[in-house]
Amino acid sequence: MVERTPVFNILCYLILTLGLAVALLPFAIVLIAATHDLKAVNTVPLPLVPGTHFWENMSAAWTRAHLGSKLLHSLIFATSVAAGKVALSSMAAYSIVYFRFPGRILIFWLIFVTLMLPLEVRIVPTYSIAANALQPFQTLLDVSGLTWLADTVFGLRIRLEWGLLNSYTGLILPLVATATGTFLYRQFYLTVPDELAEAAKVDGAGSFRFFLDMLLPLSRANMIALFTIMFVWSWNQYLWPLLITTDPEFGIAVTELKTLIPSEFGLPDWNVAMAGTLAIMSPPLLLVILMQRWFVRGLISTEK
Amino acid sequence: MASISLRNVKKTYGKNAVVHGLDLDIESGEFIVILGPSGCGKSTLLRMIVGLEEISEGEILIDGTVVNRLEPRQRACAMVFQNYALYPHMTVAENIGYALKVAGVSRSERDRRVREVARALAIEAFLDRKPSALSGGQRQRVAMGRAMIREPRVFLFDEPLSNLDAKLRIAMRAEIRRLHRKLGTTSVFVTHDQNEAMTLADRIVVMNGGKVEQVGTPAEIYHRPATRFVAGFLGSPAMNLMEGEIEPDGTFVQDATRRLRLSQQAGHAFPGGRAVLGVRAEAARLVAPGRPDALPAIVDFIEELGASRIVHVDFDGLSFAVATSDNPALIPGDRVGIEIDPRDIHLYDSATGERLEPVTARQTVHP
Amino acid sequence: MEKRVTFSTTAIGLLFAAPMLLLIFVFFYWPSAQALYWAFTLEQPWGGGNRWVGFSNFRQLLEDPIYWQSVTRSFVFGISSTAISMGMALILALLTDRELAGHRLYRSVFIWPYAIAAPALGLAFRFILAPEAGLLSVINRVWPDLWNPALDGKDAMIAVIIAFSWKYIGYNFIFFLSALQGIPRALIEAAAIDGAGPMRRIRDIQLPLLTPTLFFLLIINITESFQDSFGIVDVMTQGGPARATELMVYKIYFDGFKGLDYSGAAAQSILLMLLVILLTIFQFRFIERRVHYK
Repeated sequence: MVERTPVFNILCYLILTLGLAVALLPFAIVLIAATHDLKAVNTVPLPLVPGTHFWENMSAAWTRAHLGSKLLHSLIFATSVAAGKVALSSMAAYSIVYFRFPGRILIFWLIFVTLMLPLEVRIVPTYSIAANALQPFQTLLDVSGLTWLADTVFGLRIRLEWGLLNSYTGLILPLVATATGTFLYRQFYLTVPDELAEAAKVDGAGSFRFFLDMLLPLSRANMIALFTIMFVWSWNQYLWPLLITTDPEFGIAVTELKTLIPSEFGLPDWNVAMAGTLAIMSPPLLLVILMQRWFVRGLISTEK
Repeated sequence: MASISLRNVKKTYGKNAVVHGLDLDIESGEFIVILGPSGCGKSTLLRMIVGLEEISEGEILIDGTVVNRLEPRQRACAMVFQNYALYPHMTVAENIGYALKVAGVSRSERDRRVREVARALAIEAFLDRKPSALSGGQRQRVAMGRAMIREPRVFLFDEPLSNLDAKLRIAMRAEIRRLHRKLGTTSVFVTHDQNEAMTLADRIVVMNGGKVEQVGTPAEIYHRPATRFVAGFLGSPAMNLMEGEIEPDGTFVQDATRRLRLSQQAGHAFPGGRAVLGVRAEAARLVAPGRPDALPAIVDFIEELGASRIVHVDFDGLSFAVATSDNPALIPGDRVGIEIDPRDIHLYDSATGERLEPVTARQTVHP
Repeated sequence: MEKRVTFSTTAIGLLFAAPMLLLIFVFFYWPSAQALYWAFTLEQPWGGGNRWVGFSNFRQLLEDPIYWQSVTRSFVFGISSTAISMGMALILALLTDRELAGHRLYRSVFIWPYAIAAPALGLAFRFILAPEAGLLSVINRVWPDLWNPALDGKDAMIAVIIAFSWKYIGYNFIFFLSALQGIPRALIEAAAIDGAGPMRRIRDIQLPLLTPTLFFLLIINITESFQDSFGIVDVMTQGGPARATELMVYKIYFDGFKGLDYSGAAAQSILLMLLVILLTIFQFRFIERRVHYK
């Protein structure tokens, strides 16, 4: 558009540059602090030129926070949650969109309601399940009198137990159990033309074939978007992993951040803390930078 | 009312030229239609006139003043967009009156003028509605009202009828024409629809590939297409075109069996030149096969149009359409002859696509 | 919207939904129901008998000024960080949408903060805002003891709000920008032809058309401020000093897992869940009213 607004344009650039500075400053400071030695990092004002101690700070952080194994755990954890989400939501959405059976509307709402309450909000009850994931079924058996029946008639004691503490299952499953991805997939399936399903039916494809041969390949873009966003989301989970991983050998990178907080006594070693922070925050950041298009797309379509 | 002049106007995106050096003079009060296939640069041209696109090179003058560096609001042009671009959160009255509101016109004055415009367009009943509650034709009228209220020097239309159904399109076409007669405002109308162009325009500008192919009245454009592109683009069915050589004796030779007599002058003027020969379907006549000077052909199929019919014939793989208003008892496979009056033949240079003059086609223009 | 072509095999349909249903039953519905049960009973941590106490847990909670303080703090935190991050994001998005040179760079960098885990940025900001080192320590050089989030509750709250707002600028930016880009260009052009300059167009065209996004983000931000704040608070202040940053989720965590007051934590959870549900319902009412351009 032909528009001569030089003053307004300069103002725009000023504000945008300021915004850029605000967005980048914390990254810069983490990066700079991670390159100085103990003394330099504690000088006021903080030197704004990077130092030369990056690798030793990083290796100190690496040992203190067990980053080798923790980052690996995080990777496994985040990948599994993201993959689990993609698999389960594509299937659940398929059932909701493409099938007509009694109770379908109920299932839709049962899944939909889970959108409302994030894990942090219902952390207390969810944690109680972690001690024994089969407890709901045990209770159902108890209440229905089946336990008693088995005990008296067959002399069998039914005890269902499956502890989830300090296990990947415990870490992963509760985070998969929300509806975010399901609705992303539902939206996508609704945009698939009806003619495609008709053609597939005419060609003799059943519901499994149609799902595997048509919908999954078509939803590739969705899959990548959902995977990216879910990976970042799970990598950054904190409260749930903090509760479920009590064993110091287990656990993921993000919960290790607490061990990096400098002690109250002596000169705080912020250089090591920032090196560790850098290592822990980098993987999702890199993913977002590399997959920006997918990330943005996933974010916008999961929330709508 | 204002005149518009374009002087060697160019538009480039990076290295990509969309409009290559275009000259055009539009007189005050004229209704100009820019016609061309999609991607020919016609919308870009319009957007440069109104100020939505920067002009890469050249000058645009409105009423003798160079407007290149003026913002859209300073050019006093009004535009009707393809999708109308009505503000969805404003009522019809607010939509129409927005320009006045921005200009700081008082509320009572604004109301009065909105009402006046709405009356002229017969949309008074909808003034309090939001655009989403209107039909396509009504939205079209609101868009026109929004353009009219500012009493602009120039009206610009960017394919405004393309979203309407066929019947409404014809009705709106007449309405736009009527409004133009009443207001007399210089108008530039962009379309890819040749019927729209023929019925609306005082003059048509045919564009292709970022260049002007021809400027002329609808009749001139139809009867004396200046280039091979214009010849093929206008007219339904499209003009029959075939490539061949002109022999010194004035015979057009496509191959051994397909020979056509042109006038003596043509032979003298372009001996041995490769040319494209064009004949409109209604200028060719079907005759009994074997008549001298008639081209032998075989009936391929017949399109029934009610008042007339188009007989598609085939000579050795080359298809040719003949429009006729009588009802010949022909069936596919019948042999026929095609007779063409040399005066109805258009000739174009094979290489450049330019019309070859002096031409044998009749010089007088049909009314 | 409904599909015209469907499969009507009940068993297969259920089979596709089964894994998801099983998971949400075990990890969502059962625990939520159990929390309800706990909230009305008094229970020893891990086992022991449950005693039905009716609303006494809630009564106790609602009479507890400390609980109300945490609610107030959560809202102070939620509203101020939402205002800061949404305000800044809106300005940045409006300016980025003008597509001045370099807008691609702005667009991608503004998104970065959202990729950072809450506790990681908590730790980063703990350093940046530390009183004796980092960036803000300069203030204390000039005015000694002006800034100390470790001792001053207000400073601590400000620090937590800054950290959280920083992360959500990127998030809000994405949504604002995508909403702005969803506004047909022709509308902006029509307004420009009608004589409106950039600021006027923002006021008359873009902002009114952004209202649905604005409401949507308002609710999402407040909801997120309840949950995503936990990592920041835990790493930056541990709810301190003197409970000054003890937000609702942090208090639930602290009471339930550190204080082992399970019934109290369950009652707090129920109240928080109700609050979030209310906000969500409110949000859906607004989602229904999205603007359509056709």
